[in-house]
Amino acid sequence: MAVDLPMPGIGPINNDAPRPIKVVLNWGRRYSLWVFNFGLACCAIEFIAASMARHDFIRLGVIPFAPSPRQADLMVVSGTVTDKMAPAIRRLYDQMPEPKYVISFGSCANSGGPYWDSYCVTKGVDQLMPVDVYVPGCPPRPEALLQGIIHLQEKIASETLSTKSVRAKYAGSRRAVAGEVTRPLLTRPSAAGTQVTYRPPGGMQS
Amino acid sequence: MSPYITVGGVVLVGVLLFVAGMGVRRLLAPYAPTAAKLTTYECGVDPVGDGWAQTNVRYFLYAFLYVVFAVDAVYLFPWATVIRNADLGMASLAEMGIFIGVLLVGLAHAARRGLLRWV
Repeated sequence: MAVDLPMPGIGPINNDAPRPIKVVLNWGRRYSLWVFNFGLACCAIEFIAASMARHDFIRLGVIPFAPSPRQADLMVVSGTVTDKMAPAIRRLYDQMPEPKYVISFGSCANSGGPYWDSYCVTKGVDQLMPVDVYVPGCPPRPEALLQGIIHLQEKIASETLSTKSVRAKYAGSRRAVAGEVTRPLLTRPSAAGTQVTYRPPGGMQS
Repeated sequence: MSPYITVGGVVLVGVLLFVAGMGVRRLLAPYAPTAAKLTTYECGVDPVGDGWAQTNVRYFLYAFLYVVFAVDAVYLFPWATVIRNADLGMASLAEMGIFIGVLLVGLAHAARRGLLRWV
């Protein structure tokens, strides 16, 4: 796709803003996280429980009503990421506006979890895109998500956005397309006892 | 004249609010354009087929009945709010009678074509 993409950067006022202004801007970012729930498995149920009245992460400023990735700041990947779903996750992450954050929720999204040796499960969503906070558990309780959100908010509060940091974070991967995280079908072993070689998603295009 | 000044003021404030919001966003927000942001859809998968989708011509019947009853309601409800106004009187009643008569012709056409049968 021949598209002329300008270099990543940041608005001029924010780039040259004094420290107190940046603190205020970070304060605004950390308490208005419109969340985009990428629910893929049972962890999504825990995410939904965390958004409901008992645990209620809206009191932390996390708003679960983003109608599309283009209006979301935070993506929570909750559930088993398969190699077939990987390009869709990557494309929706690419469509989110900056600054964007990702929480990997549950063992499957962290590392493949109990399906780590499956032929079709991605070994963690961090193979597809940068992850800010990992929440362990199988599935984690809603309290664990609340802890992860607070952790992310502390991270946002301590970050200093500048042209340099924005380029460091996004320039490396933004020219990638969703197609690059697809892989061809695995072939059935020819005979019993044949060694099955696992080929990682991404790098290989035969 | 003064009501139009109010309308103009509201329009002006609306435009200013929009310009201020977008301008501040441009001055503050980080940006990292990607090719994926230029795509049309937000579901993450490639679209299948092309944009031209044909609808079965039978559904024109629903559109026809919808127009008969919706246009009916659109003009009858405002009229109902002023029906007791003495200035309108018989003239408005006759006009609405003509209007409903025209719509009734359409409804009669639908009934004659068998569109109002239950099954």
